[in-house]
Amino acid sequence: MDGFVPLNHYLLLSATLFVIGVLGVLLRRNVIVVFMSIEIMLNAVNISLIAFDHYLNNSDGQVFSFMVMCVAAAEVSVGLAIIISMFRNKPTVNLDEFNILKW
Amino acid sequence: MEHIPAPAIDFISLAPALILSVFGMLVLLMDLFAGKNKNLLVFASLVGLVLAGVSAFAPKALPVVSFGGSYVVDHLSVFFTLIFVFSSALTILLSIEYNPRNGIRAGEYYALILFCTVGMILLASATDLIMIFLGIEVVSICLYVLAGIKRGDVKSNEAALKYFLLGAFATGFLVYGMTLLYGATGTTKLAGIAEVIHSGQTNSDTLLLLGTVLLIIGFGFKVASVPFHMWAPDVYEGAPSPVTAFMAVGPKAAALVAFYRVFATAIPEIGTTWDTLLMVVAVATMVIGNFGAIVQTNIKRLLAYSSISHVGYLLIAIIARNSLGGSAIAYYMMAYAFMIFGTFGIVILLGEKNSENLEIKNYAGLGVKQPAIALCMTVFMLSLGGMPPFAGFIAKFYIFGAAIKEGYVVLVVIAVLNSVVSLYYYLKIVVLMYMKDSERELELSMGPITLAVVAIAVFGTIEMGLFPDPILQLTQ
Amino acid sequence: MLEQYIGATVMFIMAIGIACGMVFMTSVLGPKRHFAEKMEPFECGEKQIVSPHQRFSVKFYLVAVLFVLFDIEAVFFFPWAILFKKLGMFGFVEMLFFIIILGVGLCYVWIKGGLDWE
Repeated sequence: MDGFVPLNHYLLLSATLFVIGVLGVLLRRNVIVVFMSIEIMLNAVNISLIAFDHYLNNSDGQVFSFMVMCVAAAEVSVGLAIIISMFRNKPTVNLDEFNILKW
Repeated sequence: MEHIPAPAIDFISLAPALILSVFGMLVLLMDLFAGKNKNLLVFASLVGLVLAGVSAFAPKALPVVSFGGSYVVDHLSVFFTLIFVFSSALTILLSIEYNPRNGIRAGEYYALILFCTVGMILLASATDLIMIFLGIEVVSICLYVLAGIKRGDVKSNEAALKYFLLGAFATGFLVYGMTLLYGATGTTKLAGIAEVIHSGQTNSDTLLLLGTVLLIIGFGFKVASVPFHMWAPDVYEGAPSPVTAFMAVGPKAAALVAFYRVFATAIPEIGTTWDTLLMVVAVATMVIGNFGAIVQTNIKRLLAYSSISHVGYLLIAIIARNSLGGSAIAYYMMAYAFMIFGTFGIVILLGEKNSENLEIKNYAGLGVKQPAIALCMTVFMLSLGGMPPFAGFIAKFYIFGAAIKEGYVVLVVIAVLNSVVSLYYYLKIVVLMYMKDSERELELSMGPITLAVVAIAVFGTIEMGLFPDPILQLTQ
Repeated sequence: MLEQYIGATVMFIMAIGIACGMVFMTSVLGPKRHFAEKMEPFECGEKQIVSPHQRFSVKFYLVAVLFVLFDIEAVFFFPWAILFKKLGMFGFVEMLFFIIILGVGLCYVWIKGGLDWE
């Protein structure tokens, strides 16, 4: 069963997704979209973790990806809460308008 | 059916983290019934921190290994546990008077500080990539919330948002780097990684290199080194002052010790490849931190840039990657804790009723009106600038010593020159306090507890400068 | 060979039985009243034609976030459940602590009023 799809293909997919996520964070100005791009990055990492796990035949990668998923969920909830409490004081989701503190 | 044996766990060595977790949850639940009065929460948090600090000394023979080599309590981690517990306690003490004055009424504040401390303790003892990742995230997620705890204040919101977005972005890089390291070596244990590299059986050297670079990016964001420092001034300015002091000491120390462990334990053998990169980062961090600080007019932003430059000095200890480097980082962070909490204590003392009073020009004339406070501030500024006989001098001395022992003379020369530059903006504040008359009357809020924290910090700064040996022995 | 599928077959039959049974029972037992509003495609008090650019109530967000948080924790139960017997007492106690910690979180959310709809 092994070897139908070579490891490199998974790694390429994961790297591509990761780059898409990074570009999303750097180029988009909508907070929610930036936020989604970060999630894409984390999930890209999960793909390579599982791929490595399978090809190296040990279970560390699966455990790691569990942790990444949980942490991602915790980050999502905290991040959304921050965005909501921000939105109450300043109704916008455009990153360029958050400029009281100079970047 | 064979059983899966339980991993060896030494609960005594885990006690600080366990105690703080339990107290964190207790404080969280107590807040539900405590009503408006937060004194009980403060008391419970402080008790938890003291117990955790005492229990850090409980293990008889160090190092103690738990969870199949994922968690090691050694001298370094015990000392860092003490730094974390100490800095969290000072943060809570500083908050007692600051929080009501600035409209922070959430009782979760104290629970979050305790949870954050747990994360830092885990980070200091972690010897497994998964554990390091978890520790960093526990710390970061607590800090995102703490930075934005002033819910009605747009500045605080903005600080939290920026910190969150950049922090999560950095987490992506960090975890991707860890994944590639795992893929290249087939293990997540730091010692295992070092073994595989030593025996030359890595799956792919490209992955290993790429992973190392991504790790430097990820850790670079977390410790705010150039070019990933942009978030620090904004977040330091927007977050509540006690939280800013907390961020500048505890989490930074925790990330640095994990940084040190990964680079000194797991991948020292490919050091030649990351040495140059890290040296460039260290020099850039010192230079940009110091020159950035010169132009600042807001005291919190100035301290943010100064803390960036201090990370530059600390990176030198990581580059040296000898045992001296580890204890030099520990000593530096302890000294830095005293200096930063003292300085922020004064920043909080000088806050007025309606504004935080953060402009540096308002410090003019302090030498005449508040001679004691001005004197304390002078001590902290000189110590931060690395002047003898204060703690900052000895701390820098040990770091440079560790680097010179490994032959990084040029790096040390650059660092010393940078220290001289940094003295300029530290002394500017001192000159302003003593040589200029104040422009307007300030209504200072002199809180006795905050004053006590400043007094402790002054004592520590001078004591560690004059008698460095006892603390230094603890770190080794 | 075929015997090992007996359990699965029984489960399928029961699942189909329960699903069909519920539909059948509601059609037999449920009260039936027909009037104009009720026969509209969306009868739950929503207008049929509205702009899609509506804001959701912030209440939905809180419930959704809490759901995500507690739901993701379930991920740790799957490997634990598979290895339950092999893990023995240690695994049981470990998971007990995990659930207690989750319970503390739930208590906090509950008493704080995070689950109140109004």
